[in-house]
Order: sequence, then C-alpha cells, then structure tokens
Amino acid sequence: MERLQAWGDGATLRSVGKAVPRADAAAKVTGSAVYTSDVRPKGLLYARVLRSPHAHARVKDINCTALVAMPGVRAVLTRADAKGIGWYQDSEIYPETVHFLGDEVAAVAAETDDIASDAVRAITVTYEALPHVVEGADSVASGAPRVREGGNTGEEPKVTERGDSAAAFATDGTVTVEAEYTTQRAVHNSLEPHGTTAAWDGEHLTLWDSTQAVFAVQRGVAEALGLPLHNVRVIKQYMGGGFGAKQIAWKNACIAALLARKAGQPVQLMLDREAENLAAGHRNATRQRVRLCADRDGHLLAIGAHIEQDVGAYQTGGEASDTAGPYLVHYRCSNVRTEQVTVFTNTGPAVAFRAPGYAEAAFALESAMDELARELDLDPLELRRRNYAETDQVKDKPYTTPGGLAAAYEAAASAFGWDEQREPDHGRVRRGRGVAVQVWGGSGFPPAGAMVKWNPDGSVEVASGTQDIGTGTRTALAQIAAEELGVDVRCVAVHLGDTAWGLYAPTSAGSATLASVGPAVRAAAANARNELLDHAAEMLGVERSLLRATGARVECGDRGISVAEVLKDAAPRIFSGTGHREPNPEDHAVRSFGVQMAEVEVDTEVGEVRLLRLVTAQESGRVVNPALLRSQVLGGVTQGVGFALTEEQVFDHRLGVPLNANLEEYLVPTAAEAVPLEFVPVHMPDGTANSVGAKGIGEPPIIGTAPAIANAIYDATGIRFRSLPITRRRLLDALAEMQ
Amino acid sequence: MQRICLRVNGREMELLGEPRLTLLDALRERLGLTGTKKVCDMGDCGACTVLIDGKAMYSCLILATDCQSEAITTIEGVGNGSLDPIQQAFIDCDALQCGYCTPGQVMSLKALFDADPEPGDLEIERAVAGNLCRCGTYLNILAAAREVRGTAAVSRGAP
Repeated sequence: MERLQAWGDGATLRSVGKAVPRADAAAKVTGSAVYTSDVRPKGLLYARVLRSPHAHARVKDINCTALVAMPGVRAVLTRADAKGIGWYQDSEIYPETVHFLGDEVAAVAAETDDIASDAVRAITVTYEALPHVVEGADSVASGAPRVREGGNTGEEPKVTERGDSAAAFATDGTVTVEAEYTTQRAVHNSLEPHGTTAAWDGEHLTLWDSTQAVFAVQRGVAEALGLPLHNVRVIKQYMGGGFGAKQIAWKNACIAALLARKAGQPVQLMLDREAENLAAGHRNATRQRVRLCADRDGHLLAIGAHIEQDVGAYQTGGEASDTAGPYLVHYRCSNVRTEQVTVFTNTGPAVAFRAPGYAEAAFALESAMDELARELDLDPLELRRRNYAETDQVKDKPYTTPGGLAAAYEAAASAFGWDEQREPDHGRVRRGRGVAVQVWGGSGFPPAGAMVKWNPDGSVEVASGTQDIGTGTRTALAQIAAEELGVDVRCVAVHLGDTAWGLYAPTSAGSATLASVGPAVRAAAANARNELLDHAAEMLGVERSLLRATGARVECGDRGISVAEVLKDAAPRIFSGTGHREPNPEDHAVRSFGVQMAEVEVDTEVGEVRLLRLVTAQESGRVVNPALLRSQVLGGVTQGVGFALTEEQVFDHRLGVPLNANLEEYLVPTAAEAVPLEFVPVHMPDGTANSVGAKGIGEPPIIGTAPAIANAIYDATGIRFRSLPITRRRLLDALAEMQ
Repeated sequence: MQRICLRVNGREMELLGEPRLTLLDALRERLGLTGTKKVCDMGDCGACTVLIDGKAMYSCLILATDCQSEAITTIEGVGNGSLDPIQQAFIDCDALQCGYCTPGQVMSLKALFDADPEPGDLEIERAVAGNLCRCGTYLNILAAAREVRGTAAVSRGAP
C-alpha cells in the first residue's frame, strides 16, 4: 500500500492543529444526542436480569411460574432457553454454576422497567452455595476454594527476560530496593451503563449497543446465535463513556436479542448501577513484588517484578493486561526479568480499564524508583534522567521520537519549578512533591478503513466503522479530511459506528483510534481528490500528471479551474475514495512519552490530602486538535486522582459480597475535587509513525498520576504508601502509627 | 394505574402510570423526553437533574404523581430553539466528552443562574457538586460556568 507523505513538521495546516469545537457538542448540550438508552423503537420492552446473590453456587432449580400471571411480562429467559450458547472464553450465557455475585441467571422483558424489576424478583431460584474466594492473595494460598476447574491460576507464568538479572542483583557494592505493592479493583463506572436495544425484522437483527467496538459485538452475537454476519447490524452513535469496559461483546447484547426474539418486540436492556459495578468489568487488582538494583551513581543494573493480577472469575478476552510493560520500557536497563501470573477469584470478570496494566505497574515501578532515589540520596528526577532509554529495549529498535521523554522531563520540570529550592515543612500541614513517568503505545495500526465522498455542492462525507466514544473522533477525522481536501472543516460530516456501511476499523481502545483511522481517512480523501483531478484533466484537456490541486483550485501551468466547477460539472456523479491504514514502520518502535509532577499538601491532623498542582507534560505526536487533546489529558488525570485516593471496590471476604456497588460509596472524583491540572503539550509531529503524524492520548495521562501523588505524599510526610488507594483512613492510620 | 398530569416545558402532558412511577421514568419512558439521563436511579449522580418550579432536583428521587402542580423544565425546554448561554459556554470550553452527564450539568447551572446571574466560584462549584462527570471534565465545566457569569455581567453593564 502506498503511503502518503506525512505533513512536514513546519507545514502550514489549515484545519489540523486547530481547536475546532466538538462536532457533536450541540447535540450533547441540548440532550438531542440519541444514546443506546434513548433509542425508542415502536413497541419497546424493558428488560432486567436476575443475578446470582452468591459468590459461588450451583443453580439447582429456577422456578418462573409466578410470572405467568403477571400482567405486562412478555418474555422470560433462563438457562433452559439458552443452553449451549457460549460466552466468555469458556462459559455460557447462563452458566450452570455461577462464579461471582452478579453472574447472570435469568432475564425478563416487560412493558415497563418497574414490571421487569418485579418479575425478576418473583423468580425463585434454588442454589447450592459453594465455597468462594474473592481476594487474589487468598486464591493462590494453599487450601483455597477452587474457583475454576482448571485451578485458580492461569496456565504458565508469562516470563519476559533480557540479560541476567539474577547475576546483576548479586553484584557487590550496589544499592537494592525491594518491596511489594498492591493496586485495587477499580470500576470504570461509565455513566451510561452497558446496554443494548435489540430489534428483529425477520431474521435480521439490529442492535444499538453502548460499545467501543461495533464489529466485536456483531461477531460475538452472530456467533452465539448462529447468524450470518450480514444479518446482524450493530449501531453505536453516542455512548455515555466506556474507558475500556465496553471493548468486548457483553452478554447484554445477546440477552436483549434473545428476549426480543422470544417476545416478538424490540427490547432494551440497560444494566442498573449495581450490575454495572458487579458484572461489567473492572481494573485487575494486582500484587507486584518489585526489586531494583543500581550502582552508587544511580545507574540501574537490574529490574525484577513478580506480578499477580486478579482477573475475576472469567476470561473476557479483554482482561489480559500487559502489566509487565512499564518494567521493560520506562528505563534503560540491561537485566530485566518480569513474571506475570493470572489469578482467578469469585468476582466479576475484569476487563481493560484506561491504560490497563500500565497504570498499575507505573504505581509500583515509579514508587520503587522514588524509594531508590531516596536510598541513593539523589533527586528523583535526576535518577530518571540518568536511566534514559532512547530505544525500545523489547523490540530492540529506535523510537520514532527518541527525545520525547527528555523533552517531557524538561517541559514538566520547567512548568513545575522542580529545581527550585524548598524549605522543609515540619508543621501540621506539610507540602510535598512527586514525579512519575508514563510511557504508552498509541501508535495505531492496520487494518482500519474509511470512505470519503465529495458531494457536488462541495460538502464532504466521511464514513468509517470506527466509533467516537467521547474522545472527539468525529471532530478529529473531519479535520483530517478537511485538511487533505483543502475545504473548511464545517463542510465535512463524519458518519461512524455502524457495521452496515462502515468499513472495518478497530475497537476504540488502546489510544489507537486517531492514529489508526486518521491516516485511513486521509488516504480516502486523497483518493477522492484523485477522482476529481481525473475529471478536471478531461475538462481542461490536459495531462492528468500536470495538474495540481491547490486549495479551492485545480491548476496546470497558467490554466486553472475551481474545485467547485469540477464538482458541478461531474454532477450527479459524486467523487469518492476509500483509504486504508498503512503498515507501521518496520525499523522503528512507536511510543508516546509523558511525565507527571504533583504537589500536595497533607494535613497531618485530619489526614486530608489536597492536590495543589498536577503538571502533566505529554508527547503524543502531531496534535490534531489542542482543545480535545487537553480534555483527554484532563479526563485521564482526573480518573488517575480517583485511582490514587478514593476508588476501590470493597468486598466482604467472608460473604463474598461487594459492599459499594453504587455511586454513593464507590467514590469517583466530583467537581469539588476538580484537578488543578497544568498541561504542557510537547509538540513533536511523528511523521515516521504514520501519515498524519499523530499518536493516541486517551490512556497516557492516567498512568503517572497515582505514583506522582504517592511520591508527593511521601515527600510531605515520610510515609510510603505501597497500596492504593491512599484513603484518608489509611493515611490517618499511618500517621497514628508514626507518632 | 392512575392518570398523571404533568406540566413539562410549558406543555400539559398526560399519562397513565403506577403511583411508584418516578418523574425520571415518566419523562424518559412515557413522554419520550430522553435528554434527561438515568445513571444511578438513587440520587447519587445528578444525571437526571430537572427544574421543578425553578429548583434543580433529581428526577429519579421524585414520584411523577407528586409533581402534578409544579412547573417542570427538562433539558429539552432549555434554550427555546437556540442555545442557552450555558450550553454555548459548554461548547466553547469543551466542557463535555461523552455528553451523558451534560444535560444534568446544564440544568444544575440553569437553576443557579436563573436565581443568581452572578454567583461566586463557590456557588458554582456547589451547584454542580452533585453532578458526576466520569470523563473528568470538571475544570472545563467550572470554566464554562464562569464564562456565563462573565457574559451576564457584561450584558447587564451595557446601557
């Protein structure tokens, strides 16, 4: 595939790089944007799911006779109706043995949501309770109840090793730090829950699904129901948040389809908030034993990490986080060994949550680096500078932007005033500061496709099977098409999120959307322009190769014609082009680099942490839209603050019951905790990475937040927190212990 | 089932519902006014905020039958065909991402600005403190509200 030449670093661009307002902002502020929960086909029924009240149990009997007499109940679905329909990697829609509190047992569709709620409560289920375990550490202990037939851990530990870390750790005269860090089970809690509206027309099924991946839902449901793919159309126009949790086909899509078929009417199944917390994915809880070894000058000699990640009861296909990643890439080090073990527990299935693995590992590694800096009596930023990696040591290739992290270090340090002298605090309220690195991929990849139509009136339509999950994809793709065609961005409409006509594009995850689909849109636009140039050559009677498109005109020497005239002349024909993402460069590794610095104030009497400043410097290739870029950073850092200080799904271990499956006690940040973010973009268009030069930004900003805050709290108080979240209670306990 | 009469966005509307029907479900399921969002259904998040006699209220915590004598305003009733300055400020400040909490945020600020065109920063923060935004756009929401305050002050200052 021929690749378009990337725009030069100093190229004058008219649409790309501008803070164009969000294309769908008006629809969102007026409430007219139609989300999955707002789709109202005629005759719509509302569905509810009956979920297991036990963490582990055999379903012995399900009695639905009470529902027969209930007015308004239209369809009931149990294991008897869905036998053999597989789900997750080795389970079923309604498993015979439920493996977590919240596992699906039955579902009802009724005329109203209230009737559906009554109906699921009227189902009588006989369970045989089985022993359970909800904590990863308990699950790997000897004598633990068996979570799955295959055992409580995944197959083999995933080991990655370079050099000889055992020998390096044994070297005399070195400095070693070693500690265990744990991170919590955190829940995405997107405001729009997972859900589906399903409608059948004969053997054709339409699903409006709150998903980051219309093609994954199409494939998942088609396979489960034995339908050809072209009979399943999946639509996602607007979605109320995903953050990773909606990147796979979930049971709700299949259950809604089955209920709708049984009832002969469209069915909407939106999870309630409790179910959203129990059964719709969460970030893996991890336990990481970390060892760092350096010489007296602070040069890393060896890194070791043993990682256990709790994936819950099932493997969703989206739960296998690369928690080893940061240990292998953050710093230059010849001897690294990581060992990653999957642990099963009787809890809901895990699924990737914004920077899966990296946010967890960065907390451990970046805290350990801070501990090492203290041990060496070195400035923590200086220690990082001394261990700078210019190449990708996993792929053994140079980075496309080898100076990205260095530029981020300096930009953050300068904005923060890192090198300024400080007076130590000894009073009740103490200030501290911390730093952490964040490295992510976000390079995008093929395959990703797009189509562009250039209408006779000059307007442009872009169509792709990707989805805008709130990040601004619609807007950024419009800017890229406008740039390539030389038209005003307001003339471009972008159609996304429909398997019926959208060319394949990947799941909106991994911060990969812009860098995957952006170049495809650019290529499609270039091909549409080629059709226009062919026509213009005929009109002018000149060699096609002599024609040049310059903004609104097509020129050949001193002869020229306006684009508008060419479009009009060709009408009713419409110029069009398809475009596909080019392969990534073979001789380079693509990564994005950033740094976070936090300044906190800790009130040692009441255990309150106040965030004074959070400086984030981030390199992410060419910036297509600076306003949307900043919003992504703001969102990531805000979620990072929740991960650092408040968010945790808490279980009663004895009963296996989650205690805070709601938004009252699961504490996401509020406006009162608005993050004092100072964002410093590092401009570094990455033309080697792809033809747009952009890299993803969704995930990087959450990676460094928690360790930067934890390190700042240590700096302020001398208390090292090796477990997240650092709640007020934990801080008070630690302060009390210190006295 | 009983007959419930509601005055929503200046229009009289009638529906049949059980006494337990919440105002939120009445708006979304019976009247097709889906701009008001259901997120927690228990008063934790603010996505279902509407105005009842000008006050910002969680519609998931109110029974439809209990607000038959009040004036109800939903996001569909804001702006009268054009954008309200609050909505415009949200666009200008990129005070939204996925947009699911946005109608609730706008309604909370609408109640604030209708009552006090020049609220202080703390009043603004309090007005939206009960509206969760999981995308984390709070800084931009607060900036948008301050921008509204700015324009209101300027327009009043003109002769």
